[in-house]
Amino acid sequence: MVYFRSDNIISSLGFGTEENFFSMVSGEVGIKTIVDQKYYPKAFPASMIDEERLNKEFQIIADQYSNNNSYTKLEKMIIVSVNDALSLTDIEIHSSRTAIILSTTKGNINLVSNENEETFEPERILLWKLGDIIQDFFGNPNKVIVVSNACISGALAINIAAMYIESEQFDNVIVTGGDLVTRFVVSGFMSFMSLSPTACKPFDKNRDGLSLGEAAGTVILSKHKNMHRQNIIFKGGATANDANHISGPSRKGDGSYIAIKKAIFQSNIKPEQIDHISSHGTATPYNDEMESISIDRHHLESVPVNSIKGYLGHTLGAAGIIETVILLEEMRQNILLKTAGFEELGISHPINIINHTFNMEINTCLKMASGFGGSNAALIISKV
Amino acid sequence: MKELFINSYCHIKNNRIFVDGKLLYSDKVADSLSLFAKSGYRYIKPSYNKFFKMDEISKLGFLAAEVLLSGVNLTVYNEEDIAVILSNSHSTLVTDLNHQLTIDDYNNFFPSPSLFVYTLPNIMIGEISIRHKLRGENAFFIVENFKADIITNHINSLYLAHKANAFVGGWVNQSENDYEAFLYWVSNEGNILHNAFEINKLYNLIY
Amino acid sequence: MEELIEKLKLQIIEQLNLEDMAPEDIDPEEPLFGEGLGLDSIDALELIVLLEKEYGIKIQNPKDGQKIFFSLSTMAKYIKENQK
Repeated sequence: MVYFRSDNIISSLGFGTEENFFSMVSGEVGIKTIVDQKYYPKAFPASMIDEERLNKEFQIIADQYSNNNSYTKLEKMIIVSVNDALSLTDIEIHSSRTAIILSTTKGNINLVSNENEETFEPERILLWKLGDIIQDFFGNPNKVIVVSNACISGALAINIAAMYIESEQFDNVIVTGGDLVTRFVVSGFMSFMSLSPTACKPFDKNRDGLSLGEAAGTVILSKHKNMHRQNIIFKGGATANDANHISGPSRKGDGSYIAIKKAIFQSNIKPEQIDHISSHGTATPYNDEMESISIDRHHLESVPVNSIKGYLGHTLGAAGIIETVILLEEMRQNILLKTAGFEELGISHPINIINHTFNMEINTCLKMASGFGGSNAALIISKV
Repeated sequence: MKELFINSYCHIKNNRIFVDGKLLYSDKVADSLSLFAKSGYRYIKPSYNKFFKMDEISKLGFLAAEVLLSGVNLTVYNEEDIAVILSNSHSTLVTDLNHQLTIDDYNNFFPSPSLFVYTLPNIMIGEISIRHKLRGENAFFIVENFKADIITNHINSLYLAHKANAFVGGWVNQSENDYEAFLYWVSNEGNILHNAFEINKLYNLIY
Repeated sequence: MEELIEKLKLQIIEQLNLEDMAPEDIDPEEPLFGEGLGLDSIDALELIVLLEKEYGIKIQNPKDGQKIFFSLSTMAKYIKENQK
């Protein structure tokens, strides 16, 4: 079996899973209006990390490791995230039985701009190099496995980690990931006209696009169970391609439907066992519509669904990880979080979007993800 | 379970296209991937207008897949069971730099959606999947140099878990001054065993 | 108008990478999307960039694009009416 051992989220709503979850339960939203020419000529809403706090938290860890090297903002976020998740376990980072998988879409892409205060070597922009930096910092003997598969990267990385443990290649796998809000991505999504002028409103009638966010997240999977807390296991997962369009999702939700079907098959569960769904829920008109069709096609229309994007925006390579972490915390606490930004259902296939945070015993959950390139992923996780 | 084999592979580098180690096409004039991709397209004649909308690295991956899969009867497989598992070292660096050029200067600020969409390495997987109707598993790995075992490992795991039974695997890379594609087809048929040793041998076949 | 349409043909072929297309292949009255030229949603966004870059016209709501970009002649008409 593959157990979820420990986790972390570094975001605008806090440093650590508990801090983030508490903020969300309190209804706090991390998406704020950003006015900074560094990112975009006009104001735009986004969820940004408190850089001062990041530097402070990072320095404490760097001192512990007696490390005086320079690190980029994203590297600091990932290091702080991994370090926190690790510190909650007895997992041996120096063991060859422990692997690290890194999920990111654009890594240190802010380094392409000529406006950076600090300069780094040119290859620092390459994603494998980011893996090397993380490996070296923690002194793990294995090359970091870097996955870059658009917005399903995080869910895919968790899926790969579980496969490594099931096939006994590793005992513990640290899945970490992160992405930044940069001029590169803000201007790109602006050109796609897919950014909402306000904080995003997943599944809402008036939804008008996504919000971007920066975050790092970590989940540690292991063949060993937790001794002191509720055990949650990875049951199964899958990815699938729409084979339809590189930016628009399939109108019938084909890839998403296939990924869920395969994940359920892999998990050896019945669809009616699923009692909560964490959707991708970007709040673009097409994504949410597509997901509702896919959920409906699986006859899961009455299962409570939420999207975390209304709190932290779309965090790209971190999204699948941090949304899984929130899902794990929902399961531990038996609390279902409302979909921040959602008011009135605005999709053609009615599904059960959570509009207020409430308590409910949940045992088996589905995590969905979709992204550019027609990619889709689904994970099933369950209490034991 | 039956073993996995490689029964077809394709290299594209230095303005040459090879299938199963044999030269299929070469262009002595083209001095860039952009020009070579165009001449390669004219030779292969896929009549697929969307090709010209792709960025250079997607064109490279598309052409390699076109050549690789031309000899494969895809209809015997379920489209949901065909996986595409690729890797490279530079992600989409060249396209990233092109997008950055459109946004460096606020006085000449025109980010292009059709360029930005290609700043993700798995868009190439999407293009190949659309062209050949492949709806199975996907993954894109970033490694410093070609590394057969990451892909082999992933393909074997998918196969053992019954998540897929046929695979396009390989490497498609574009750096600022070079490019290279090496794709192979993995299924129950063929005579080259599917393992990292054999794949490294095939990869190194063409200089 | 004729002149603008001819110029637009060249700009569209270039901007949308319609490689195998010559200006005379494009009928100004034919729909640009769907059947006609077979353009897609990314092309629609790219046309919005083209209007801003080449003609200084900003389209705020992508939905407006459907009417404006119906054909080359509707596009030319819109440019004539909105160019300052």
